[in-house]
Amino acid sequence: MSAALTQRPARASWALGGLAAGVLPVMTVLMAIIAIWYGASVMMNRAWTLDQMQRQNIEMTPFEIIAAAMTQERPVLPPPHQVAAEIWNTTVGEPIMRERRGQMQGNPRNLIFHAYHTLWPTILGFGIGGFLGILLAVGIVHSRAMDMSVMPWAIASQTIPILAIAPIIVVVVSNLPVLNAAVDQGWISDDTKLLVPKALISSYLSFFPVVVGMVAGLRSPQTSDLDLMRTYSASPAQTFWKLRLPASVPFLFTSLKVSIAAALVGTIVAELPTGARFGLGARLLTGSYYGQTIQIWSALFMAAICAAALVMILGALERVVLKRMGARP
Amino acid sequence: MVQPTTAIAPDATGPVIAAKNLDLTFQTNDGPVHALRDVNLTINKGEFVSFIGPSGCGKTTFLRVIAALEHPTGGTITVNGMTPDEARMRRAYGYVFQAAGLYPWRSIEKNIKLPLEIMGFDRAEQDRRVRDVLALVDLEGFGKKFPWQLSGGMQQRASIARALAFDADILLMDEPFGALDEIVRDHLNEQLLTLWARTEKTIGFVTHSIPEAVYLSTKIVVMSPRPGRITDIIDSDLPRERPLDIRDTPEFLAIAHRVREGLRAGHAYED
Repeated sequence: MSAALTQRPARASWALGGLAAGVLPVMTVLMAIIAIWYGASVMMNRAWTLDQMQRQNIEMTPFEIIAAAMTQERPVLPPPHQVAAEIWNTTVGEPIMRERRGQMQGNPRNLIFHAYHTLWPTILGFGIGGFLGILLAVGIVHSRAMDMSVMPWAIASQTIPILAIAPIIVVVVSNLPVLNAAVDQGWISDDTKLLVPKALISSYLSFFPVVVGMVAGLRSPQTSDLDLMRTYSASPAQTFWKLRLPASVPFLFTSLKVSIAAALVGTIVAELPTGARFGLGARLLTGSYYGQTIQIWSALFMAAICAAALVMILGALERVVLKRMGARP
Repeated sequence: MVQPTTAIAPDATGPVIAAKNLDLTFQTNDGPVHALRDVNLTINKGEFVSFIGPSGCGKTTFLRVIAALEHPTGGTITVNGMTPDEARMRRAYGYVFQAAGLYPWRSIEKNIKLPLEIMGFDRAEQDRRVRDVLALVDLEGFGKKFPWQLSGGMQQRASIARALAFDADILLMDEPFGALDEIVRDHLNEQLLTLWARTEKTIGFVTHSIPEAVYLSTKIVVMSPRPGRITDIIDSDLPRERPLDIRDTPEFLAIAHRVREGLRAGHAYED
């Protein structure tokens, strides 16, 4: 009892030390990035302020110039606080739903509304891509013919610029009779129909990391592990379920994390050339039409936050699964 | 689903393993490698046979041929009177590899259940057998642990338990204690002898160590490389009851001497 009591402060101070050791470097790097960002922002926005100064023929102190460079409406590079304010105003400061023509609808001024329109196709596309990736990897590992024929196509598919084929996919998919029939029958709404091509483009980018990771994972068992299965006269199916699949799980999670980030990029890119009205990609596009740099940056940050959140969710899932599979803590 | 087959009792009259003029040549990019040449050997039920020799003498290859993990290019071999492939299908042997080779995502218990699941034993039978073999290798209470939580010696014992779980008559062991330190190794050798006495299995045991081979075996097969072949077969007349200090007796040293001579005779010193 007394031993436990005397040990407590020691542990606490150790924990505090650990916290400081972890947080301090991270904060330092973050501060450095923000400082560089402010510096670059002033440097790049100064020209416009100086130009205005000359046109209006007024004198300004250097301090006033700096202040003015950081508060422009359409800065070349918006400083951090302007982006932060914009994100705050378009998430907390705007209602997510609004009334229009007597109906409650999503509010396109709200960034969360746009994030929602990007996240759903991302998750759907990630699901399709991940499933397809696993399926292809299983085929590639078990069939030499598939190994020789599918892998080159999978690699080739990733060399095609997604921006170039996104419009093609959108046009083709939007005109699929099945899809139109489904809308006519009232099975899916028009909004849901718009989601399909985005999800497909997203899956196009997200299947590849899963194929590569899973092929490596399914092939990771050593010769002696496979020999053991042979001494039991195990069938290929038994070898798959009891050896190859469990061995591939760490590889799977690593590739899923890469894949879900790629899926998000895929969805945003799919929104760009197709005149999408909602979604982070659409937000980026309107921002660039009207020179709203602050809006562009806040949309970019929202995309980064979404990607980080998705990867963190997968990371948490990975920890839980691997812990159950006996991984060392 | 394959039905569980109780291991076939070897033909009471015939040998458990019989190799005649066995040849095995690997085709490599550097030309053919003669892993085994003209190997003749008979192993009877209940024998403890050690294979000893320098690297490349084919001792592991011979064990793998018995297990049908390699296939000979000449000669014949029977296991329980069948081809090695047939014998394997009938669960004739348990194989212990040099590395424990426990699957890290399975607990010790689940690792031992692996062959039982594959062979289609029912749940209750699986649990019963896991309990039995854990007791046999002195690992009671460790069933729920994962492999990394056990020492190297304990892992190797778990691996032996896994090979024993489906109660095959033959136990093939490929340098199972090679990676362990000498004290642990001595201890496991003692335990292995006790286990052999209790289970009356036929054991094929590959080793690098002369004392280990002499201490454990009723028959010692001395092999030499290029081409892999048998140079001497020594039948040990040591009693079956063997305390560790038997290794200081003149009888023990005499056999060890003969093994050493056999190894020296077969060894080419040009390299």
